[in-house]
Amino acid sequence: VTPARLPVPAPERTPETEAFWKATAAGRLVLAHCDDCDSVIWYPKTYCPDCGGLSVSWTDASGRGTVYSFSVVHRAPGAFSDAAPFVVAYVELEEGPRVLTNIVGCDPEAVAIGQAVQVVFCDTGEGSALYRFEPAAPPGDG
Amino acid sequence: MTSRRARIAGVYEHPRREIPDRSVSQVHAEVALGALADAGLAVSDVDGYFCDSSTGFGPVSMAEYLNLHPRVVDSTETGGSSYLVHVGHAADAIAAGRCAVALVSMAGLARSQGQRPTARSSGSPEAAFESTWGMSAVTGYALAAQRHMFEFGTTSAQLAEVKVAASLHAQHNPHALLPKPVTVAEVLDSPLISSPLHRLDCCVVTDGGGAAVVVAPEVARDLGRRCVKVLGHAETVKHTGNGRIDLTVSGAATTGPQAFAEASLTPADVDYVSIYDSFTITVIETLEDLGFCEKGHGGPFVLDGALVAPEGRLPCNTDGGGLCNNHPSNRGGMTKIIEAVRQLRGEAHPAVQVPDCTVALAHGTGGSLGTRMGSATLLLGQEDV
Repeated sequence: VTPARLPVPAPERTPETEAFWKATAAGRLVLAHCDDCDSVIWYPKTYCPDCGGLSVSWTDASGRGTVYSFSVVHRAPGAFSDAAPFVVAYVELEEGPRVLTNIVGCDPEAVAIGQAVQVVFCDTGEGSALYRFEPAAPPGDG
Repeated sequence: MTSRRARIAGVYEHPRREIPDRSVSQVHAEVALGALADAGLAVSDVDGYFCDSSTGFGPVSMAEYLNLHPRVVDSTETGGSSYLVHVGHAADAIAAGRCAVALVSMAGLARSQGQRPTARSSGSPEAAFESTWGMSAVTGYALAAQRHMFEFGTTSAQLAEVKVAASLHAQHNPHALLPKPVTVAEVLDSPLISSPLHRLDCCVVTDGGGAAVVVAPEVARDLGRRCVKVLGHAETVKHTGNGRIDLTVSGAATTGPQAFAEASLTPADVDYVSIYDSFTITVIETLEDLGFCEKGHGGPFVLDGALVAPEGRLPCNTDGGGLCNNHPSNRGGMTKIIEAVRQLRGEAHPAVQVPDCTVALAHGTGGSLGTRMGSATLLLGQEDV
């Protein structure tokens, strides 16, 4: 199972999310940090839900996280209908936010809550990439 | 506000589940007239109007279609919970003296128009970060179910008990889309749609609609109808909280205690519940959050026919619910209100009528579960409660 099996639809971009998506095209997962209270903000936006701040800085995430919850999708909408079964999951990033994503690079039935994962990027061909996650390499591997 | 408590004087559920020969506005009109006739009122009596935006310009379009002249109008959009919010807002408007006869109507043709539940995020700021990954409505609830199983040991067989109870009720409802009783084994043997949810963990997709008429106490007195008192209501929006998602807690944890406090009641006082059942997990998580059992104990709570009327500990969704009877327009809130009113009036099917039903709770869920959702609770009672 490779990431390429799943559709890679280009996300809708707005001026508010341009910095985020531009970074994905360069293989970087960035997070907005509030300049006022230093909260990590998710989903990407320039408003801090924690303090109401309107100034953010985009900093690189580690790309590591753990599976918070997941579902093996057997019946899927639209472009994803031919890709089933595939995994939709919330991954808790090391920086804190729980992020909706796909788990790829493994048998869908092997995914488990608590599993360590790391980010991979799937190019949309339109100046952005989708952040997906695959099982983290075991310690000492490679 | 107690002395000004509003009454529900009339309700009507469209009897059909597939209506390819009608427009949405036609169905609105049919259910509006049905509920007004049930109350003994006329279109010309209505001075408050509440509906969603399914007819384009929402209440503006429908007020014109029905020839209403509302002094109060509201189209609050919280998904399937909208109609419980509308009844709550109508009760507030009545208590404030702003209107005396409020009509709440809903209609949709999800089944014949091929509309499946969506994640309801198109055009919203969060859409690009969710639907792009193959997210759907059922997967949102599946993620909650998976986490509930992980944290509390809830099982697929326990989820299936919710469907079994709904099906045992639906066999007595001549209008139910799925009137055949099913077993736990049949639920578990049905195809996985989005693990851990099977096909039979999911609600039906139907056309249809319903309406309710909420009136001032002095209007209710003159009608000579058996009316139902609005004892308490609460609404909220729960969301992802800046990435701090908690999938195992729903908005009911907020609205339940508030509604009970307004009504000066506790879960032990409730004889019947209409619990939003878009999926089986929705019922289990909501029952916990409303305080009918400890958090995490919803799975064991629904065993042994606990939800089955009339003998179960907490009869639930005696019309067959969204799981078997009706989920018009992918929005189950109105049918939750309607069956609660039937129970309090003693007008449920005799096989599922709860004896001495004096207090009922109706709860609506809109959107997803635990993440981004509308939530609304209504406590309803007989006149002498």
